[in-house]
Amino acid sequence: MSDANNRALGAYRSNFLKEVEANVEEGHWVKMCMQCGVCAGSCPLGPHWQHSPQKIFMMIRAGKRDEVLTSDSMWMCTSCYNCIVRCPRKLPITHIMHGLANYAHRLGLAPKGQPTREIAKLFWDNLVKTGRVNELKFSLAMYFKDGFGQGIKNAMAMQGVGLGLVKAKRLNPLELLGGHGCKDKAGIHKMVAKAREIEDRRKGLA
Amino acid sequence: MAKKQYAFYPGCSSQKKASADNFLRSIDVVCQKLDVQLNEIPDWNCCGASIGYGEGGELPRLVISARNLALAEKNLPGQDMVSVCPACWLATREAGERLHESDSLLAEANEALREAGLDLKNEVKSRHFVEVLIEDVGFEVMQQQVVKPLEGLKLAGYVGCQTNRPFGIVGESFENPRYLDKMVEMVGAQPMETYDQKVTCCGGALAFSEPEKSQKQIRDIVESAYDHGADMIVTPCQLCQANVEIYQSEINKKQGTRFNMPVVYYTQLMTIAYGGSATEAGLDGQFIRAEKLEKLAGK
Repeated sequence: MSDANNRALGAYRSNFLKEVEANVEEGHWVKMCMQCGVCAGSCPLGPHWQHSPQKIFMMIRAGKRDEVLTSDSMWMCTSCYNCIVRCPRKLPITHIMHGLANYAHRLGLAPKGQPTREIAKLFWDNLVKTGRVNELKFSLAMYFKDGFGQGIKNAMAMQGVGLGLVKAKRLNPLELLGGHGCKDKAGIHKMVAKAREIEDRRKGLA
Repeated sequence: MAKKQYAFYPGCSSQKKASADNFLRSIDVVCQKLDVQLNEIPDWNCCGASIGYGEGGELPRLVISARNLALAEKNLPGQDMVSVCPACWLATREAGERLHESDSLLAEANEALREAGLDLKNEVKSRHFVEVLIEDVGFEVMQQQVVKPLEGLKLAGYVGCQTNRPFGIVGESFENPRYLDKMVEMVGAQPMETYDQKVTCCGGALAFSEPEKSQKQIRDIVESAYDHGADMIVTPCQLCQANVEIYQSEINKKQGTRFNMPVVYYTQLMTIAYGGSATEAGLDGQFIRAEKLEKLAGK
């Protein structure tokens, strides 16, 4: 278990709601949920959530820390914002789910190998490197995330799509050699590192 | 007429030879015709898109959007910031609002921005290109430019998620926005007004990580377009366009369907209706050729 997780356990003891309010993006909204279930019924990936947002909110209030933070439910969010616009209490549900997912990830409690968790990390690392997303390198990183053999298999399976995009001039093989990027990469690296340092300090993650 | 000036945030997918390269080409034509000038924000960066939260958390994610706002403020003062990508728009507008609501968050963001030599006053308004067209240009003026009505073309207007939620276009409903159908009418084509997958999610970034679950969404979106007798789908979103167009062949392979439904951008329709060529409209960038539209362009 990570140091940050032990610190959070020590600081908040059995009050998981307080911990969420302090450390999770938009977490102070959780207590406003009135358990109507509209979010659960509005989610395009609803059937695949082990616990719907409605249940997650009640579990937080019931102190089910492990069950919430180790759940892969939040990683099912497609960011469609349907739950947000329909919530009668105006909870920013999408952002709370993102916040919970990020918190669980940073504490090291999120499920290992969860595909959206892995791809989210690859995406962020890709964009921070040059300031802009390199679509080719990101695609290849996704195909090869489970090792070289699986990567070749994935790339072969998708080669029709790849070649079609190259033909349509919507994928440039030369992106592999560098490609698009910001000029002030150094500034961006320092800025992102500083932002992370401030947030980690505030949330006890550092 | 004086040109309307905007600070332009193209976003990663609209760069040369990126996945929405053809979208940008058609936007250029539409802007020329409508006297809209998009001034690219120097050295803009990625917005973090919809899965940036996983590793990026809250402040680092808000800060990368704050950098774009600060660059617009500094280099293109007084101009609204305009995105053509819903994810870019959403991230930037959300960051602007979040930093406006919390002084402590703005102070933290500025502490980080100083590392990149920038400072944010947070005075720039972040808008979507569709808002510029509807609110600043207007349907009437847009229609006046039509020289080649797209007669007989049937279009399923697929708005998707992030152009529509959580912000959307003022005056439109989240459940049944009408502006895309109105744009279809404006260019002389026929909208499928009862198309029931108008605001369905295509799976977004989960098309990569959860292909099976996303492809079920995409199947619904395409199938309903066929059921309504549409010739093609039209969308304002790059990720909707790519997901719904590109994965049809995967769904065909796995599920034995025979989908071959073109998916175009609204600006591609406008370009052809304004008398532009198929190439100017970026129709050479379709994965599934939009043959009926190409034919209209050649007339």
